[in-house]
Amino acid sequence: MKAARTRNLIGGIIAIAVSVVVFLIPFAFIVLTAFKTQQESALLEFSWPTEFAFFDNLVTVLQTRDYTVVRAFINSAIVTVASVGIMVVLAAMVGWVLQRRQSRWNGFINFLVLAGLIVPPAVVPTIFVMQQLGIFRSIPGLILIEVAFGMSFCILLFRAFAASIPRELDEAALIDGAGPLRLFFQVAFPLLRSVIVTVIVVQSVTVFNDFANPLYFAPGAENVTVQLTLYNFQSQFYTSWNLLFTDILLITIPPLIMYIFFNRQIVAGMTSGAIKG
Amino acid sequence: MSLDTADVRPRSQANTGTSRPPSQRRRTRQRRNQPYPGWFYAPAATIYGILFVVPTFASFYFAFTRWSFVETEFIGFDNFITFFSEPRLSRGFVNTFIYAVVTSGAKVAIGLALAILLTSGIFARGYLRAVVFFPVLVSTIGVGITFKILMDPFDGLINKALAVVGIQGPGWLTDPSLALLSVAAVDVWKGVGLATLIYIAGIVAIPSEYYEAARVDGASAWSTFRNITLPLVRPATVTVVILSLIGGLRTFDLIWAMTGGGPGFASDVIASTIYKQYAAGFYGLSTAGNVVLFLVVTAVVLPLYIFMNRKSKEL
Repeated sequence: MKAARTRNLIGGIIAIAVSVVVFLIPFAFIVLTAFKTQQESALLEFSWPTEFAFFDNLVTVLQTRDYTVVRAFINSAIVTVASVGIMVVLAAMVGWVLQRRQSRWNGFINFLVLAGLIVPPAVVPTIFVMQQLGIFRSIPGLILIEVAFGMSFCILLFRAFAASIPRELDEAALIDGAGPLRLFFQVAFPLLRSVIVTVIVVQSVTVFNDFANPLYFAPGAENVTVQLTLYNFQSQFYTSWNLLFTDILLITIPPLIMYIFFNRQIVAGMTSGAIKG
Repeated sequence: MSLDTADVRPRSQANTGTSRPPSQRRRTRQRRNQPYPGWFYAPAATIYGILFVVPTFASFYFAFTRWSFVETEFIGFDNFITFFSEPRLSRGFVNTFIYAVVTSGAKVAIGLALAILLTSGIFARGYLRAVVFFPVLVSTIGVGITFKILMDPFDGLINKALAVVGIQGPGWLTDPSLALLSVAAVDVWKGVGLATLIYIAGIVAIPSEYYEAARVDGASAWSTFRNITLPLVRPATVTVVILSLIGGLRTFDLIWAMTGGGPGFASDVIASTIYKQYAAGFYGLSTAGNVVLFLVVTAVVLPLYIFMNRKSKEL
């Protein structure tokens, strides 16, 4: 027993040492470089900054190109909130009805949902369709794209969770005279709360971190999102690593906050959703 | 999915005989479906249909055309012939497979090893789980740029560290034969946390009686792993393999942030050639690339999905 405990302790210490080298040093490198002055950051050394310039770096990054980072954060916030909000309501409706309703279409609908997870979106035809609708190069267009591409994952989670809500509750509500809308929004929706939180957290991180969709479907300076600023700064800050890493640090903070507060929901969502998929 | 009472009822009715005519059966089903109206699908289906389903079907037409949005000219299989005959495009096709196989293989092996380590009684489990998982949530572009700088052949931290122990590190991203694998390694670094979590969920679900029985029988650690853990985490393996294959075959962000497909086109994948052809204005060719990617993903994932699901049912 004692031998096992010593072994666990030694193994733990080795594992911690390895994890520090493999996982923490890259993050520490980001933070340290973001704190340095330009001359010092140019050396690309893993060292303690001799002079702390984080505040100056932050101001410079925010002001670059006429406050493009600030605009990007606003845009990303709008896209994330709006698309996740729409996704949750619409996907919950589909997941709920798909689990409850009996119909010969269910197989086909399940197939479409699964296809949404597997099939890569057809880029240029999507742009063409968006142009015809007049929503290409616009924030509303990007929101709808995120909804369309993220919906399948949400539906799978909602459908699985709806199965755990007893039908007796539906029947009780129906006997009390509730219509379909009341049944869904006042009985089912509140009961889906835990899975709603999971979906919101996981999809917020996904949409916030999305790079390819804004790149394709919302080009243009006024539509810029945070991931695109990072990509564009790569060439602009080619010699100012301190500024580039300040931007990386800024963009890493929102997911970090999500992770600290919603650790459990993120883990539950990513693993259960994955297994159901 | 769940087999709740209402799902079973109509089937048992059908078995007990023909006491009810089909029209009446349809009516009972209608009544039972009434609180769950079909129009609940409508808003989701509209968005999904217009922005996902229609473009997907349209891609099968536009892939056979020379296309400028304004006019289309049908040119048969020309785009596909170009795609497979020009090395700068066909290289991406091969690379996509290499990338997907390498990343999913590594995620299965490392993820399982980490999960076993983290479900043993090891010290500081909570910290280790958190640290391994965090990169999953970080922006792919941020990770890509950071590692691009860490992997710099001269000033990068990795090669500087190797130089301290007397090894001359290679040009991780500048050597054409190594660039793709370096990106794949970063992909594993970023994604292995998810694989680990899925495996942890799988291992925790194995009843501890099996391990007790094995201990009573005096099984070694290896044979316990080989005969209990490995077969019983099969559903988790299926999930990890399928998820990382889908992700790996469609990969774009990390390649684009780290190498842009370079040096030359040594680390191009299908998704990055789609973008390059689109940016160059070859819309038909880009769409053909999309169709190829669609076929690759379906051809790899669908049989695997069916095969592995059938296997896990047999157990």
